[in-house]
Amino acid sequence: MNAPTCPSFKAGDFKSGITPIWCPGCGDYHVLLSITKALAALGRPPEDVAVVSGIGCSSRIPAYTNCYGFHGVHGRSLALAAGLKVARPDLTVMVMSGDGDGFSIGGNHFLHACRRNIDMTYIVMDNRVYGMTKGQPSPTTEPDWDSALSPGGTGLSPFHPLVIALASGANFVAREFSGDIKACTNTILEAIRHPGFSFVEILSPCVTFRPDEKEWKQTVHKAIVEPTDDPARAARRIMTDDGMNTGILYRGNRKPYAAHVSDEVGDIKALEEAFAL
Amino acid sequence: MAETEANSVSLAILGSGGAGALTAGGILLEAAGKAGLYGMLTRSVGPQIRGGEAAALVRLARDPVECAAERYDLMIGIDWKNADRLAAEIPLSPEGLIIADPESGPVPEEITASGAPVVEFPLKETAKAIAGGRENMVAAGLAAALTGMDIEAVRQVIRTKLARKGDDAVNSGLACLDAGIKGAEKMPRSYRLKATQQADQERWLITGNEAVGLGAVRGGIRFAAAYPITPATEVLEWLAPALARVGGALVQAEDELSSINMAIGASFGGRASMTATSGPGLALMMEALGLSAASETPVVVVDVMRGGPSTGIPTKSEQSDLNIAVYGFHGDAPHVVVGPLGVADCLFTAQWAVHLAEAMQVPAIVLSDQAIGQARAVIDRPADLSFFANRRVWQGGADQEYARYALTADGISPMALPGTPGGQYTADGLTHSVTGTPSSRMSDQKAQMDKRRDKVEQFDYGTHWAEIEGDGDTVILTWGSTTGAAREAAKRLRARGIDVKLVALRLISPFPAEQLLQAVGDASRILVVEQTHSGQFARHVRAHCELPGKVHPFHREGPRLIGPAEIVTEITDWIKS
Repeated sequence: MNAPTCPSFKAGDFKSGITPIWCPGCGDYHVLLSITKALAALGRPPEDVAVVSGIGCSSRIPAYTNCYGFHGVHGRSLALAAGLKVARPDLTVMVMSGDGDGFSIGGNHFLHACRRNIDMTYIVMDNRVYGMTKGQPSPTTEPDWDSALSPGGTGLSPFHPLVIALASGANFVAREFSGDIKACTNTILEAIRHPGFSFVEILSPCVTFRPDEKEWKQTVHKAIVEPTDDPARAARRIMTDDGMNTGILYRGNRKPYAAHVSDEVGDIKALEEAFAL
Repeated sequence: MAETEANSVSLAILGSGGAGALTAGGILLEAAGKAGLYGMLTRSVGPQIRGGEAAALVRLARDPVECAAERYDLMIGIDWKNADRLAAEIPLSPEGLIIADPESGPVPEEITASGAPVVEFPLKETAKAIAGGRENMVAAGLAAALTGMDIEAVRQVIRTKLARKGDDAVNSGLACLDAGIKGAEKMPRSYRLKATQQADQERWLITGNEAVGLGAVRGGIRFAAAYPITPATEVLEWLAPALARVGGALVQAEDELSSINMAIGASFGGRASMTATSGPGLALMMEALGLSAASETPVVVVDVMRGGPSTGIPTKSEQSDLNIAVYGFHGDAPHVVVGPLGVADCLFTAQWAVHLAEAMQVPAIVLSDQAIGQARAVIDRPADLSFFANRRVWQGGADQEYARYALTADGISPMALPGTPGGQYTADGLTHSVTGTPSSRMSDQKAQMDKRRDKVEQFDYGTHWAEIEGDGDTVILTWGSTTGAAREAAKRLRARGIDVKLVALRLISPFPAEQLLQAVGDASRILVVEQTHSGQFARHVRAHCELPGKVHPFHREGPRLIGPAEIVTEITDWIKS
């Protein structure tokens, strides 16, 4: 039997003609590029990919791709995507979010998406600030970051997305930096190919409200260890992480969520007969 | 023994949760159905899972039963623990009979106040004398004998129901039943249904919650997302295995925010999708329902209403989610709200709702409630309906330009499903242009809002918007679950020579104003009946049309259900004055 022929795609095949609303220098441009490159490398046509998001700067991505997209309400992208993937297991489902959308208003869905382990890829562009509403602290913001909404800082410990993902049962956990397009592309592609729920945090600077994040290209560093499939080992590594380590942390082998809708319709009459006296 | 003959016989079996009152009631109802009668089993329970108050309320008749009884003939107390809390919902007829177990202590005053005589019978002692015996089966025997039921049918149901527990369980159940039947010989009163011509119809035994689920599946629902909530959970529990059997799937979500979004996501993928909830859950779903309206992604939400506001009375009924279902969206978001008119109609209305949601690509909310959702009834086998999810799907090839939100004559635009080459678009809650591109232009906002309004307002709802019965100068106008009581009231009024027209609305939004005005004609009196404290339905009607003649709202909060007799009194008093 011949292997199916795989049409070759370019990153441009996955981009739409819509001009992003992002600020010049926003890290999300690089993330969009990495996603389109990864999808081209995946080799599935754009119509077989669905990109789902919530609300925020990063959640604008679906319309900037040439895939099917759903720009939903704030914080609920994982739920939209879960329904879509169970209904249409044939699609490649990607979910785009930010640190506010994904970890604050959508925090509960994050835990349960990890637990449920539906085969999809969750990319969170973390810039440690609410950008679209012009600069409020998010769950990943440093405690002393001053802002109009929380003068003098929130005083709260930042949320640790990778720890939560690992503890909640995500099957693939990674962190990348938006400026390293090659690494982002490879990790996204691996995340898509890995069965179950894959989580990739991408440090993506907000040059407008967090100009200090321009320094990230100097402060990020590749983790010098190989990914592990041992959650205990991954947990030990992540607990000593400085937040700027990049690379794939964990590749699990949990069985993905199995229930799905099929095209075959069973016998509805049999359901009705159960009510007959 | 004095025997009373009537058109319907009603009995209540009380026992603290876990005592088996509801099981006994279920056995009696099923046996009645098998013997050719109609009936309904409703329950009144407290919030506790075990040990709280519970009553099985069974009403039997030779004609279809559409509402619970207002007066009970027979009450059997397995025990009276917290029974005072239920007494107001189970008024006894003075010609009634109370059977009390002396071991259970005195009958509460709230119950003896009815004037019905109390006769003692040792339910527990009798059950104890039988190996493996249970007092609820003794109560079933008493009830079956005192209401003239076909005893062989009761035996047959016990054999089937207890079969999985083994021969010993069946034998002790039957022995308890016989002991109850023997005990009935000493009772001073008994009840019989008047003999009438009985139609030889094929019958079903079904709850409103099951009927909603079946209607949805018949309508084409293949995906459901679920978060448990009383009194809607049974819809979801019925759907879980049912969907798996027809190639669909149900996913348990982490909350209602998730369940509604999962359903919308699945629908975006091209599968007719739904969820079921109650008031508090519906409140959480409102934002995403707006997304469904704006992105034109169809979804069906079944709201099995309960007493509100807030946590309210989760186990008891009200119709008070009408306002949130119709008016709870932010922004202007045209959508559909329908209400089933009884247990049997849950099937029809749910199936119709799937059809409406899919045909118009809108959210459709089905307002059922605890009174019909958790009622189990013997009904005629429902007809096969032609409604089926029939979404206008874009079929074009890659050479065709596709605009997801194209402006069309009827406002409905063909939807491309993921996987279709050339149809890629982004569904969006942001105001968008015809292609789906986000836009803040005035012209796009107007064009898309007009389109979404037009598709809902121009749709042909046919004759299904309401059930209309009879003719007369006096109209009873109602909707949803109160229809059963209103229909029975209309029958009684007609029997007294008062011409009454019943108009029961199934379509709540968009409001069928023209059809309603035509249906009421030049009526001089319109009684608007509903189970809400503030008269939500009456205000909704008034907001949309100027009714002729005098309009009198008649409404009350739950949990005591509005019954036929009080509707009859309202009308007769009104006519007299």
